[in-house]
Amino acid sequence: MSGFPTLLYKEVLRFWKVSTQTIGAPVLTAVLFLFIFSHVMEGRIRIYDAVPYAAFLVPGLVMMSVLQNAFANSSSSLVQSKMTGNIIFVLLPPLAYWEFFAAYVLAAAARGMVVGAAVLLVTLPFVEIEFRRPLWIIAFAFSASAVLGSLGMIAGIWAEKIDQVAAFQNFFIMPLTFLSGVFYSIHSLPAFWQGISHFNPFFYMIDGFRYGFFGVSDVNPFRSLAVVTAFLGVVSAITLTMLKSGYRLRH
Amino acid sequence: MPAAIEVRDVHKRFGELQALSGIDLEIRQGEFFGLLGPNGAGKTTLISVLAGLARADRGSARVMGHDVRADYRAARRSLGVVPQELVFDPFFTVRETLRFQSGYFGVRDNGAWIEEVMRHLDLASKAEVNMRALSGGMKRRVLVAQALVHKPPVIVLDEPTAGVDVELRQALWQFIRRLNRDGHTIVLTTHYLEEAEALCERIAMLKQGRVVALDSTANLLKRVHHLFLRLRLSGELPGELRPLEHGSTAEAHILRLKGFEDVEQALACIRKAGCRIEEMELMQPDLEDAFVDVMQRS
Ligand SMILES: Nc1ncnc2c1ncn2[C@@H]1O[C@H](COP(=O)(O)OP(=O)(O)OP(=O)(O)O)[C@@H](O)[C@H]1O
Ligand SMILES: [Mg+2]
Repeated sequence: MSGFPTLLYKEVLRFWKVSTQTIGAPVLTAVLFLFIFSHVMEGRIRIYDAVPYAAFLVPGLVMMSVLQNAFANSSSSLVQSKMTGNIIFVLLPPLAYWEFFAAYVLAAAARGMVVGAAVLLVTLPFVEIEFRRPLWIIAFAFSASAVLGSLGMIAGIWAEKIDQVAAFQNFFIMPLTFLSGVFYSIHSLPAFWQGISHFNPFFYMIDGFRYGFFGVSDVNPFRSLAVVTAFLGVVSAITLTMLKSGYRLRH
Repeated sequence: MPAAIEVRDVHKRFGELQALSGIDLEIRQGEFFGLLGPNGAGKTTLISVLAGLARADRGSARVMGHDVRADYRAARRSLGVVPQELVFDPFFTVRETLRFQSGYFGVRDNGAWIEEVMRHLDLASKAEVNMRALSGGMKRRVLVAQALVHKPPVIVLDEPTAGVDVELRQALWQFIRRLNRDGHTIVLTTHYLEEAEALCERIAMLKQGRVVALDSTANLLKRVHHLFLRLRLSGELPGELRPLEHGSTAEAHILRLKGFEDVEQALACIRKAGCRIEEMELMQPDLEDAFVDVMQRS
C-alpha cells in the first residue's frame, strides 16, 4: 500500500487543526477588503456595464484568498518541517517523489478552496452575485490553487528560513496577484498595461474564475484555462524535478 | 541470504569537509552491531546515506540487498531509523504521530502493534498528549517507537539513549534485545561504551570518515594487552610508579600495567617505599580502553 493517502490526510489535518489561523484569519481579511473597497468605490465604477463593483470584487477576493492560502499551506508546511527537522519523518518512508508532490499540492488546493468557499459564503448575505457557470468556477479554483500549491512547494524547498518564504510571497506572489485584476477589470487600464497583464498567468486565473460567475470575461475562458493548465504543467515539472533530485531535502 | 547492510567504498563530502572517505562494511542479518567513533567521525552521515537522507558521492549502499538509490522503496521499507536529533511535529499527539508514520510506510490497521510498541516504551499513558508537551526523554521514546511502526528487519539507532533515564534505558534495551532475538538486525551508535560492550556482538570504529577497527567485541577487548591496577595507599605513590599512572581519583591511583608480571613489581616497589595498601583492585580492560587504544594508534 502507498503512503500517499496518509501524507495527504496529515497535511490537511495540519491546517484544519489550527483553522482559526489558517481559515478564519484569511476570511476576515477578505471581508475587510470587500467592505472597505466596495464602500470607497461603489457608484464610481461599473464593470461590463451591468455588474456593480461589489459584485465584481467578490470573485476577485475569493480568488485572491484561494491563491494566497494555497501558497501559504505548502510553503509554510515544508519550510517549518525543514527548520524543525521533522521533514525526516516523510523522507525516511518509501514515498515516491510524485506521491510527495501530489499530497502537498492537493492539501494546499484543499486549503485554498476551503478558504475561498468560506469567503464566498460570508459575503453572500451582503452582495448579490450570480453563479452562471459553476463548473468553470470549480475548474479555475482547483487549477489555480494547484499552481500556487506547487509554487509554494518550490518556495518551501528552496527557502532555508521563514523570511525567504515571506520574500518569495511579497516580491513574487503578491505583485502578480494584485496586478492580475483582483480589484479591477484590466479594461480600465491604459492599453500598455493591458498588454502587460496578458503576460501575467494570474490574470487568466482570475479572469476565468470571474467568467464562472458572470458569464462574461476579458478573455475567452477556454483560452484562460489552457494558459492556467500550461502554467500548472510548467511549475509541476519544476517541482517534480527538484523533488526527484533531492534538492535541499536530501543532502 | 543478502547482508542486512552492505556498504561499498562510500565517500561523502560536505563542501570542503570529507565526512566519509571510503567506508566498506557488511552487517549480517540478525547481528547486534555497534558503530562507534568520536564526535564528527561520520556515524550519522553513514546512517543518512543508508536511509537516503544523504547521497553518497561515490560507492554504493544496500539494505537487505536493495540498493538505497535504485531500489529506494524496498530499501526504505526494510529500514527503521531512530535519528540522533530530537525532532517532532508539534501539530500532533503521540498516537497520531505513530499512526501517520505507520501510514507513510503503507501499513494500515496497525493499531495492535502501535499499542504494543507504546506499552514497551512506557508511552501508553501519553498516547493523547501533544508532542510539544512531552519531556525530552519522552520525545526520544516516541522517536524510537516511530522507527519501529513498520516492523523493519533492520533497525538503526543513532544515540537512542542520550538524555534518557535509567528506567527507560533498561526497558529500551530489553525491548531491542527481544527484537534482535526475533531476527531483527540492530545497528547502534552510542558514546556510552559500556552499553555497546554489553549489547553488541560486533563493532566498527570510525575515525575521520574511515573504519579504523572492525571486529567482534571479544576480539577488540583481547587486543588490549594491558590491565589496570587501582590502589589506595596510606602514603604517597612511590616515584618509580609515577610514569605508569593512568589516572587518579580523589583517593585512588590507577596504574596501567603491561601484564600480570608487572603487578608483582609494582607491589614490591610500594613495600620498599614503606607504604601500606589500603585497598586494591585489578581491572580488566574494557571497551573504553580498546576504543582509546584504537583511536590513538590510527
Ligand atoms: N549537512 C551537513 N553539512 C555540512 N557538514 C556536515 C553535515 N552533516 C555532517 N557534517 C559534517 O560531517 C562530519 C561528520 O558528521 P557526523 O554527524 O556524521 O558525525 P558523527 O560521527 O555522527 O558525530 P556525533 O558523534 O557527534 O554524532 C562532521 O564534521 C560534520 O560537521
Ligand atoms: Mg552523530
